[in-house]
Amino acid sequence: MRKPRDLSIAGKISAYIVLILFTLFAIYPILRVITISLRPGDRLLSKSLAVIPPNATLETYIKLFTEEPFLQWLGNSLLISGVVMFVGVGLAATAGYAFSRYKFVGREAAMFGLITTQMFPLTMLLLPLFIMLIKLKLYDSYIGLIIAYSATALPFTTWQMKGYYDTIPFSLEEAAYIDGCTQFKTFWRIVLPLAAPALVITALFSFMAAWSEYLVAAVLIQDQSLFTLPLGLKTFQSAMETSWGLYSAGAIMVSLPVVILFLILSRWLISGLTLGSVKG
Amino acid sequence: MALSVGNIQNNRLAYLYTLPAIIVMGMVVIYPFFYNIVLSFSNMNLTHFNDWWITGVDNYVSVFKESTFWYFLFKTILWTVVNVFFHVTIGIFLAIILNKDIKGKSYFRTLLILPWAVPQYITALTWRGMFNSEYGAISLTLDRLFGFQIPWLTTEWGAFTACVITNVWLGFPFMMIVALGGLQSIPDELYEAAEIDGASWWHRLKNITIPLIKPVMIPAITLGIIWTFNNFNIVWLVSNGGEPADKTHILVSWIYKSGFRYFRMGYAAAFSMIIFVILLTFSWNFIKKTRATEAVY
Repeated sequence: MRKPRDLSIAGKISAYIVLILFTLFAIYPILRVITISLRPGDRLLSKSLAVIPPNATLETYIKLFTEEPFLQWLGNSLLISGVVMFVGVGLAATAGYAFSRYKFVGREAAMFGLITTQMFPLTMLLLPLFIMLIKLKLYDSYIGLIIAYSATALPFTTWQMKGYYDTIPFSLEEAAYIDGCTQFKTFWRIVLPLAAPALVITALFSFMAAWSEYLVAAVLIQDQSLFTLPLGLKTFQSAMETSWGLYSAGAIMVSLPVVILFLILSRWLISGLTLGSVKG
Repeated sequence: MALSVGNIQNNRLAYLYTLPAIIVMGMVVIYPFFYNIVLSFSNMNLTHFNDWWITGVDNYVSVFKESTFWYFLFKTILWTVVNVFFHVTIGIFLAIILNKDIKGKSYFRTLLILPWAVPQYITALTWRGMFNSEYGAISLTLDRLFGFQIPWLTTEWGAFTACVITNVWLGFPFMMIVALGGLQSIPDELYEAAEIDGASWWHRLKNITIPLIKPVMIPAITLGIIWTFNNFNIVWLVSNGGEPADKTHILVSWIYKSGFRYFRMGYAAAFSMIIFVILLTFSWNFIKKTRATEAVY
């Protein structure tokens, strides 16, 4: 008898047709951006639909790095995302540990509250945050942006850390207490190193939350020299004439690292997602 | 197991561990949330930015009185239903295929999750470029193959459709991956037994596949609905801030425009509160309902 996962010949052919069609749908916009970024300067408004343009060249990339403030945006984004990453890991690693190991008044409420924040429309928090930062003279500064970004990924990463700590057997900590380790030292020396895989995921999520964010930056930053990559790339499109070539080259430079990271991480991410929902 | 989770009685240390997170959440979420409630009852706008005062429920009244609210509420619901419908059906459909024994399926899987990996604002700006009537790839292709043009970004429903296509593109991989995870946990024996009993393809889908991936799909769909309902980036960036003529908005993008472009802060704050209440009621009921049906199974 046929196994349930086997397909008949006709089934296989139609499966491939469907997969190929959807894969084309998925990758076409990406191919298109690559194509435009490789066009020579005088062909930017070409109507050609070829994937590799005639006379493909890297001159747009060179122009992006030398004539545009792209390096500055890159530096700003790297700085902000880097700080957010460290802050995010610190916050999620400690809060997640408390949720996993301690019973305290308000624990359930706090964990439920974290999920509720996912329902907030961003605009609801943005307006008060904007007014608050103006009053605190933190408008148009990295500090305001870093604080805002540190909170963005926090609900997800805290839950994720808690879930991982739950899988670490408590007997290890008990043994450490018996050997005279303090509670904090046990956390620092024994639990944290064991939670390294979850910490890596948390770090990358915090980093990406800041790296790919447009709206909050658009509201809190006005000074051009403080622009992050999303704000910078948007300027290529908001000018009277859109610079498709520069935009495309920039989009590739910005997306490539996160796409690669995402593909590497997706395996853990997916198991975390399904595990969490099956449990919940 | 009972020993390992949340059993140490030490309130002080636990609060110490959560304190840093609470401070940040307090600044970015909790304080702004309450401040927003206050603003929603105030007359803050461009002329009353520093000397605003509490005026009562005026803002709420004007939100409900203006036809824009009902219009954008209708559009937002349409937007959410259409998007989530396509995300879920395409996602489950592809997951079922990827769960079969097919050569090279890991390559397909990797390529198919690419849209999820691309930063959202880049997705939006790129699709906006592709919908460009003169040089955009979609318009060029339609023109060459069928010889006609669709006014994507210049008409109300053209722009709406453009936003939907963009958002379907970026959203189906998430549902596909979640569904795939659910499918992989279904034992093959169930299908073998069904086949012996002569169950058709449709019956197997209806009576085995759907019920068994439901526990995984329900939380994902709830999240998907909330994300889509609140998806500012795609609508705002594809339509370039609501073009044409502030027609292409969902509720959140309209709030942003009212608060930050038209400087009607009190109005925007009241509007936000209404959306929040809508979402909260919806999620609450949705979770309660699906819990109830789960108990039946």
